This record gives sequence, structure tokens and C-alpha cells, in this order.
Amino acid sequence: MSEKLQPILEALVFAADHPLSPREISDWLPEYSIRDIRAALNALEMEYGSMGRSFFLKEVASGYQFRTKREFAPYVLKMYKTSPSRLSQAALETLAIIAYKQPILRQEIEKLRGVDVGGIVRTLLEKGLIRIVGRKNLPGRPFIYGTTKKFLEVFDLTDLNSLPKMKEIKTLFSNGEGAVPALQALEGTSDAIQEEAADEAAPEGPKD
Amino acid sequence: MTYEVKLEIFEGPMDLLLHLIRKNEVDIFDIPIATITDEFLAYIDMMKALNINVAGDFLLMASTLMHIKSKMLLPDTDDKEDEEDPRLEIARPLLEYMRIRDLAHELSERDVLGRDVFSRIPSTELSALSDSEDVPLEANIFQLIDAFRRIVDQRLPETQLRFRLEEWSINEKIDQIIARLKEKQTLYFQELFPEGMGLSELVVTFLALLELVHRGLLKLFQPDHDSDILLNAALPEERNP
Repeated sequence: MSEKLQPILEALVFAADHPLSPREISDWLPEYSIRDIRAALNALEMEYGSMGRSFFLKEVASGYQFRTKREFAPYVLKMYKTSPSRLSQAALETLAIIAYKQPILRQEIEKLRGVDVGGIVRTLLEKGLIRIVGRKNLPGRPFIYGTTKKFLEVFDLTDLNSLPKMKEIKTLFSNGEGAVPALQALEGTSDAIQEEAADEAAPEGPKD
Repeated sequence: MTYEVKLEIFEGPMDLLLHLIRKNEVDIFDIPIATITDEFLAYIDMMKALNINVAGDFLLMASTLMHIKSKMLLPDTDDKEDEEDPRLEIARPLLEYMRIRDLAHELSERDVLGRDVFSRIPSTELSALSDSEDVPLEANIFQLIDAFRRIVDQRLPETQLRFRLEEWSINEKIDQIIARLKEKQTLYFQELFPEGMGLSELVVTFLALLELVHRGLLKLFQPDHDSDILLNAALPEERNP
């Protein structure tokens, strides 16, 4: 039955304007289980992957979407007459903090970055990459921030658990003279450090 | 000693500190606090000399550094064997910051939608990602002010100021504008300022408009310099959970 299912899914994903999740699709195809739909989409993903086309099927933000390959970006950009979207280093850092530490207060972000982030937070909100998830029961009832589904879409992430893992460099603190070359850790080139850290503590995933 | 100054890089004190540590090729857990403090202060002096407003963040960091430096100068008292290295006070946040930079870098290396990869039907939301990030509006504040000035010029050939009690509050105007946008989705700038509107109402309306933009409820577009600005509702229509 998946011979019939696969082309239907292909058509749906092709015509959709956002990544389609198996759950969503199952609303329209009640005769198939979510599991079947997922399996067929995975098969389709593999198929497109092996076809050598300029686009591929990809699971992002818990859904499936066709996307053009990276090497064709310059042509597409030319067609759209836009420059590629860019986030400044400051915005990226702020976004990274929110992604990994969410739910988080602006005050906590500022503590980590050492600078005011009001403007950047507003920009990220406007771009729909982050959202206000609530207010903290503190004086002034500050906003609590988290990332959006669009954040996952833009940064090619299936879900928050697929964020690149944080490198644990905890070893350094436990034995005072652990003396880890800061530069290596910074460049992220030192595999030794990562392994060492992995022994010490499992890298923590993002909290939901 | 000469400094390589790329001011735009040092967005904050952490950035500067990290730069100094890299430049001196020192271990983050064995920071030569005197050297780094001196260089940090020298940098602040230079910023002042260049007439750059030194943000409070930098001064706070400078005082933290000096505090640590003074702690380091105190003679070791034997009974406090287990007291931690005062430098950890900056080493810890620095390390955390380095990790964040690392993560930010990894994020930017991914296949970013709208930069590296494109979906088949680019949703309108995504187009908001392009172009410079600090300008959420297609029309900037100066274009807005220009447009407002044009309206005022048209309406009030002779300047005439009358003061009276506030008849319109900005909040009222905001509600009015939102109500109209809910009906029509898009409005022209001109439409907000109908013939016969008094100066104070013009001003309040304009302030309400700015407030709406500030809150991100409005998006503005101006196709070219002389055409009327188009107001687009960006009222919450979250597809996101």
C-alpha cells in the first residue's frame, strides 16, 4: 500500500507552503497510520537523496520539505534579487543562548553576553525566530523567551534535541590546574578535550 | 604597545576580554590578570580618546578585573587553603561565553534557509529574514518622518500652535488603527491622516503609528522615495505553537 501512499505524499509535500509533519498529513489521509506515513516519507527522502537532483527532501521542524541544495544558492538568490539573509554575530550569539537555555529571561541572556540585548531580542522577535513564552513571577514580571518553529526551519533542525551538542569543558573546574588551552577549546579543534569532557559528564541537551 | 583596533568587533566587554586573551595567547584558567587588566583599561582609555561612548558594561568589567587584581595581590593566608582562585570569577563566564560563540558559529554553519537552501514556496515570513537585520521595516524611520512632514506641510500652510487638553490618547489611536487594519489588512499612510485633522491629532496619530511599529504589529513598505508608505498589519497570526 505504500506504493500508493508515496506519490500522494510527494504531491502534498511538493504543493505545501511549510514543512508537512506526518501527524498533519494523517488528518488528510486517515486510512494511513502516522507510522506508515513517516516510513514512506523517509523512503522518499532516501530516493531523492540518491537521485542527484538539485533539490532534496528534508525533515525540518518535525516536518518534511523540499529544499534546494546549497551549491545552487547563488542562482536562487540572483533570481530573488536579494542578498542572503544574515544575522549579525551578536544576534547569532543571542539566538544561540536562547536556543540552548530556553526558557530564559533577557536578564539572564545579558549576564551571559555581558551587554544589553534589548534591541537584538526585539529583532529576533520580529523575525519570528524567538517568541515570548510567558512571564516570570518576579518583580516587573519579565518576559520569558524561547525559540519558534521557524527557528528550526531556518536553521535546518528537526527539533530542539538536534541542536549541535554543547561542548562540555567541565574537567577544568573539577581539578583546579586542569590547564586546558583556551584557544584550542575556542576553535573547537581539540578532539582530545571533547573526549575528556565526554568521559566526565554527558553533554547536556537543551531543556524543553 | 600597539593595538589592532577593530572597534566594531568589540560589542561588549566579554568580546574585548576574549580578544585580549587570544592576543596574548594565554590560558583562560591562568590569566595574567595584571597584564589583561592594564590592556583592558588602556582600551577603554582609547575608546574615550576616540570619543566613543564607553558603555557601563565595560566599566563594570574593568572594576571586576581590578577587584580580582587586588585580591591576587593580597598575601596568601594559610588558613584559607580551600579558597578558590579569584580569577575564576571571570574565567567561568568567559568560558561560558566562548561556548556560546562556538554554538553561534555552529548554527551559522548549518544549511540556513534563505541563505544556503530554499524551500519550494518561500513563505512570506521568510522574506522578512533577508536584508539587513536591524531594519525591520522596509521603510525606515526617516522615510516615515519625511512622509509625516509632507502631510503636515500640506495641511498647515501657516504654522499655528494651539495648546489644549489632550483630546486623543496614543492608546486610543492605536486601537483605532488596529481596528482599521483588521478590516483591511493594508492601509496607506495618507489614509491615516484625513483632511481636516488638527495638528495635535496628526501628531498623536503619528506617535501611535510609531508605537505600533515598535511593537512589531505593523510592517511598513515604501516602493520608492516619493510614493505613499504602505502599512501592513503584522497582527498575531502565529502559525507557531
